[in-house]
Amino acid sequence: MNYTRRDALVIGAGAAVAVAMPFRAFAERHADAISAFTGGADVAQTGVELTAPEIAENGNTVPISVAADGASEIIIFAVGNPVPEVIKFTFGPRSGASSAATRCRLAGTQDLIAVAKMADGSFAQATVNVKVTIGGCGG
Amino acid sequence: MKKITTLCAAISALALSTGFAIAEADAPVLSIDGVVIATRAPAPEYLDIDEVISGWVFRTVETQALQMDDFDNPGMIFVDQALDDWNEVNGSEGKSCASCHTGGPEEFAGLRTVLPRWNEDAGAVWTMEDYINNSLVEHMGAEPWKVGKAQMNAMVALISLQSRGMPMNVAIDGPAAETWALGEEIYFTRVGQLDMACANCHIDNYGVMIRADHLSQGQSNGFPAYRLKNAKLNGIQSRFSGCMKNIRATPYAVGGPEFTALELYVASRGNGLSVEGPSVRN
Amino acid sequence: MAENVKPRVRVPRSAAAGEAFEIKSLISHIMESGRRKDSDGNTIPRSIINTFTCDFNGENVITAELHGAISTNPYFQFEATIEEAGTFTFTWLDDDGSVYTDSKDIALA
Repeated sequence: MNYTRRDALVIGAGAAVAVAMPFRAFAERHADAISAFTGGADVAQTGVELTAPEIAENGNTVPISVAADGASEIIIFAVGNPVPEVIKFTFGPRSGASSAATRCRLAGTQDLIAVAKMADGSFAQATVNVKVTIGGCGG
Repeated sequence: MKKITTLCAAISALALSTGFAIAEADAPVLSIDGVVIATRAPAPEYLDIDEVISGWVFRTVETQALQMDDFDNPGMIFVDQALDDWNEVNGSEGKSCASCHTGGPEEFAGLRTVLPRWNEDAGAVWTMEDYINNSLVEHMGAEPWKVGKAQMNAMVALISLQSRGMPMNVAIDGPAAETWALGEEIYFTRVGQLDMACANCHIDNYGVMIRADHLSQGQSNGFPAYRLKNAKLNGIQSRFSGCMKNIRATPYAVGGPEFTALELYVASRGNGLSVEGPSVRN
Repeated sequence: MAENVKPRVRVPRSAAAGEAFEIKSLISHIMESGRRKDSDGNTIPRSIINTFTCDFNGENVITAELHGAISTNPYFQFEATIEEAGTFTFTWLDDDGSVYTDSKDIALA
């Protein structure tokens, strides 16, 4: 069978939908998890500093750090991972700052979202995009 | 044409985030707990390049940072494990490494810089793994450890660490010359379905992107290396094996004579670079 | 107990009262995510450190709830403050029920 240009476009569009589908499902999962954390409260877009490399050399070990002055809890999601939850930090009375760093796995290029619960019960969040490269011999 | 320009811009933007593209004067310096590591050195006269460059230079800023503090370097937990093995009695003689090497692993300061080297008694070039296994079997009456496996890589890392900051200085002449020549031949011989030699990547194309990675010079001064890819220490001969699989060739045996010859030759291509042991790579 | 699990912590020898300082922890652990399959196609069951806590003299500094997305050999960096000399205790809880602990004393500067 010979493919015409139109066939290719149709197939291509179908493939694009197929590719987009699982990400939509993931997106709903992390949104649900954020709602569960915030109880549906409004979430401010300032007050949380989330740091991650713009380009991760290897998705297996991506250094990330988060800081939110006055936060009692911070939860981090990787929107494009099959399980979006990454980590939840709870800061106790002996904490020196509401900040922490760790290393995480990212299944591909995606957004990381950190949501902080402040001591006064309000919520704030920050989002960063991390490009995960496909390695040559290293990957 | 415009697309190509955009692509090139994207690639150079990516290149900027690694040490390699940064001008010499601003080049990042690898200093680990006060020990300055030579990550660039004039090439030995028998090489076809001007400068030898550690793999550390080719990595992104984030990966480089993991090696600049021994606590941040995950490879160091395996050094801790090796210290446990060092002190543990093992084998029929009732001895640990510490029983004979009463000065501790520090006795081996400098050893890593000259390995692999000719062993007169054995009549062959020996790697550090060969020396460790000889001690296990002959002195301790224990089973040898598998070359390239976790326990061996950790001990090689512990002993290599004692030479951190010292320049690699393997001998290529005298009785080692024949083995070195075999290693050189392997380095330049095209093999596998992709018909490539070590030299095609690591001499002809270092600094160039291979997909989203920077090709390095393939130096061994940082081995064993903790790789982000598999989150463990990797021995140099296992890395050779991985390279050969990438070019769809049948790898030589890890611990066998071909890879030992190649290990000597590759080490000699890094003479002048500091031992990093254990390094962090992607 | 998972094999070869080894904790490391870095705490300063002393700190001034009320001044925040940095603590780092690292533990060797495979962190099997539960998403991988073995060569026969069977899912490898999840086996991770699921909780990390750091306490000082019985009061909490930080608690972390980990998921499968945390990298092999989990690493943490965070800050603490002290008002008196004492002991930091570190606890890692494994999915398999194992508990790994470490502790470090600190003096008042």
